[in-house]
Amino acid sequence: MSRVKTLQALFKRYRRPGDIVFAWFALVVSVVLLSQITDQTVWRDGKPVMAQPRFWPAVSLGGMAGFAALHLIGSALSERIEGRWQEVRLWFASLEFAGWFIAYAIVVPYAGYLPTTLVFAVLLCLRMGYRSRGMLLAAGVTAVVIVVLFKSLLKVNLPGGRVYEVLPEGLRQIMLTYF
Amino acid sequence: MENLISGLEILLRWDVGLALLIGSIGGVIIGAIPGVGPAVAIAILLPATFSLDPIVGLTMLLGIYGSSMYGGAIPAVLINTPGTAVNALTSYDGYPMTQRGEAHRAVSLAYSASFWGGIIGILCLILLSPVLAIIAPMFGSREIFLAALLGIILVILAHRGQIFAAGLLAMFGIFLETVGLHAATYTPRYTFELTFLSSGINLIVVVLGLFALSQAFFLLIEPDSSPDAKPVRGKMSAGIKELLGHKRVATVASGFGVILGMIPGTGEFTAQFMSYTYAQKTSKTPDDFGKGSPEGLVASEAANNAVPAAAMIPLLALGIPGEALTAMMLSVFYVHNVIPGPQLFQNNIDLVYGLYFALIALNVIVMVFLLFSTNLLTKVIRIPTRFLGVMILLLSFVGVYSLRNSLTDCMIASGFGVLGLVLKRLNLPIVPIILGMVLGGIMEVKLRSALPRLQSPLDMINRPIAAILFGIIILVLILHVRTMIREWRAHQVDEDHDLHDAQQR
Repeated sequence: MSRVKTLQALFKRYRRPGDIVFAWFALVVSVVLLSQITDQTVWRDGKPVMAQPRFWPAVSLGGMAGFAALHLIGSALSERIEGRWQEVRLWFASLEFAGWFIAYAIVVPYAGYLPTTLVFAVLLCLRMGYRSRGMLLAAGVTAVVIVVLFKSLLKVNLPGGRVYEVLPEGLRQIMLTYF
Repeated sequence: MENLISGLEILLRWDVGLALLIGSIGGVIIGAIPGVGPAVAIAILLPATFSLDPIVGLTMLLGIYGSSMYGGAIPAVLINTPGTAVNALTSYDGYPMTQRGEAHRAVSLAYSASFWGGIIGILCLILLSPVLAIIAPMFGSREIFLAALLGIILVILAHRGQIFAAGLLAMFGIFLETVGLHAATYTPRYTFELTFLSSGINLIVVVLGLFALSQAFFLLIEPDSSPDAKPVRGKMSAGIKELLGHKRVATVASGFGVILGMIPGTGEFTAQFMSYTYAQKTSKTPDDFGKGSPEGLVASEAANNAVPAAAMIPLLALGIPGEALTAMMLSVFYVHNVIPGPQLFQNNIDLVYGLYFALIALNVIVMVFLLFSTNLLTKVIRIPTRFLGVMILLLSFVGVYSLRNSLTDCMIASGFGVLGLVLKRLNLPIVPIILGMVLGGIMEVKLRSALPRLQSPLDMINRPIAAILFGIIILVLILHVRTMIREWRAHQVDEDHDLHDAQQR
């Protein structure tokens, strides 16, 4: 990190590879959304413009499209930064972890919060390249701590797993309430 | 006086005390880990606090907010990586001090300056309360609308060099807030006939996606690293004595923190920079700045710790958050049907005093904790980044799913997580989206309720405070244009830096 000399320099943010891809994406999304304004909002006769249900979507989407266009012009006129598509590939790589997150959310109501968290913590650690027994143990212990903290102590609103239904009566109640 | 006592009584409740202890100590630990930060922690904990009493939930979140910067100073000083965004300038002088074998001096001085700033910020908040109680009721719908508009403008203009992107993202935030049924006419807006969109896009889901999940994705796609922070030897209380030699710098820096903390969109970052510049200009040894100057360290840490208390001023008095963390706290108020704003000072003043006392207590707790546990925290810094990513992912699930057990929320949060990752990779700001959502909602509601009393558009600014706010908006815009013209004429050479990377956490 270089030493910053002025307030202006401090507040400046600089372009990174892939900026123009984002700029195009933002402009297309804004324009597509704006083109839907008559279908997706209504106009009520007799009401002042600023009280219309359409007013704020129009202001925000109009602003979005305007700023997106200016951002794109700025990007297009700036010097090209190498590594654009490599960067975009990294963005797509994050979809794998979004998939892990959604899979985790799908499994919890069936397999229960404690078993799912434990299994996902260890599996994700393996996926991330950790092989040592210490790291895998740490993942397991942390998963249990998370469950105990949120479900057992703070009693956050998480469903009991359907798999718990097959457990013996006393244990089933404990698992449904605390884990 | 009665209100003061009932405020103190609130703090003496065991559950409030426990929440404060957990929040304060948890905040220090979270602040000390580069890659987590208070925004991630508050976003994850937010839904868990909904089932708690408002004062208990708020105290816990306030604890994290107020204490994370203390912890953030440790990696800034020891490994040249700010633990939180606002410790960026701390590393400028803290790390060179570590390099020349003065890590202990730097860390203890950072704690002491933070404590000084924190306490001055709270004292200002307490002293300003009677004034706020008088001024806040003068804010009607049109004044709050203009204040929120000013907030949006400042948030956009604060992102110099990326104003178009910041504007785009703020407008996107305002748009997100409009999705769903229109409150006054019950007509759908951008629901695309999808039932889950009828109730709108939940702010907490967006916050969790943009701050927590995106940070998990960010850490998971990067190569693994484990920062190595060496233990610090010596008595941590030594810094208090040294700080007394820099009273002037610490007090002025705290003043900057208080003033800029109150202004939406500016906050710790500007306060820190202005006080650093002030300290350098008035120092007898200005050349030492950036090379391990204790004054620079004091200026930076005192300024950023004065901000949390000051940031509570617009939140409590007007219901207007100035940055992402107070925007998240606003949702805790709303969930419990405690509406921050002018009425809060009339109807729930004991809650306000309770929060003030909580702020004082958290500074004391954190200071005592740090005097004995700094070396323990240097071990926490070493947690591998990918492991952290896994844990943030698991914790994000608690936040999103516990809201209403909805898989759709998890999918929406994942979408925002990917968007947040792209923005972080591009060095673009996330905060304008959140503030756009919150301030956009406020602007729509307040403009709608102001409209029936307006005969002409000029009536919008025919009251003194409204006129002042309008004047400030115009002044801010003129000053911005003037600065742009000056910069254009000066042809300053651009200096690229990664300072804002940390701002995303």
